[in-house]
Amino acid sequence: MLGPGVPWYLAISVMLFSIGVAGVLLRRSPLIVLLSLEIMLNSANLAFVGFSRLFGEMDGQIFALSVMAVAAAEVCVGLGLIVAMARRNLILDVDRLTELRG
Amino acid sequence: MGEVLAWIVWLVAAAACLGTGIRVVIATNPFSSALSLIGNLASLAVLYLLASGEFVAAAQVLVYAGAVMVMFLFVIAYLGGRADAPWAGGTRVFQSASVVTAMALLVVVFVALMLDAGGRLSNEADVNRAFGSPAEMGRLFLTDHLLAFEITSIVLLVAAVGGVVLGMRSEAEAAVDAEEARL
Repeated sequence: MLGPGVPWYLAISVMLFSIGVAGVLLRRSPLIVLLSLEIMLNSANLAFVGFSRLFGEMDGQIFALSVMAVAAAEVCVGLGLIVAMARRNLILDVDRLTELRG
Repeated sequence: MGEVLAWIVWLVAAAACLGTGIRVVIATNPFSSALSLIGNLASLAVLYLLASGEFVAAAQVLVYAGAVMVMFLFVIAYLGGRADAPWAGGTRVFQSASVVTAMALLVVVFVALMLDAGGRLSNEADVNRAFGSPAEMGRLFLTDHLLAFEITSIVLLVAAVGGVVLGMRSEAEAAVDAEEARL
C-alpha cells in the first residue's frame, strides 16, 4: 500500500467524527447541524474504505456507496424540512423548535 | 520516490480534511461552512484514492461535492439572511459539555483501537489492480449486493417523494396567498 497504513486512515476518521459530534452539539442552526452530520457520515465512509483496503474485500466500498445514497436522501428530506420551516416563518434554531405541530 | 510522494499527498489531504472540517463547525457564515464542507469532501476523495477506492472517490466528487452540496448552497441562498447562524446557543456549561463529549469520544475510540487491534491493523492484504475499479464495483453491486442496491433505490425514491410532499403548499397557505394576490 502506497503511503500511510490503515491506522492513519482510522485516526483521521475518528477525528473527523469527533468534529462532527462537536458541530451537532454546539451549533444551533439546523443547516450547520446537517452539515456536521455529513461530516460524521463521511468519517464512517473513510473507516469503511480503510478497512476494505485492510482486508482486501470490496464489500466496505459497496457499503460506503450505500451510505452516500442514504446521505443524499437525508439531505433531501432535511433541506425540505428547513425550507418548510422557513416558509412558515419559524425561527431556524434547533433549541426553540420544541413542538412537532407547527 | 512513489512512497514519499504518496505520504506527502496523504498528509496534505488529511490536514485539509481536518482543517476544513473544523471550519465547517466554527464558521458563522453558512456559505463558508458549506464551501468548507466541499473542500472536506474533495480531500476525503483524495484519501479514498490513496486507499485504492477509485470508484468511491469518483462517486464522492460527483454525487457529494457535485449534487448534494449544490442543493445545500441553493437552500442557503434561498434562505438568505435567515440562514445566518450565530455561533452557538445554550449555556456555557452546555457548550463545554459538548466539547468534552466530542473529546471523550475521540479518546475512547482511540484507546479501543489501540488496545484491541494495534498490531493487526498494520498488514494490509495484497490487492490486484481491479480492486476498487468501477467494473468490479458494478459486478459486486449486481451480484452479491443486489438487495442493498435495490433498497438504495427505494430509499432514494422515498426521499424524493418526501421532499416533494414537504415542498408542497398546504391549502390554507395557498388560500392566504391567493387572498393577498387579490388585494
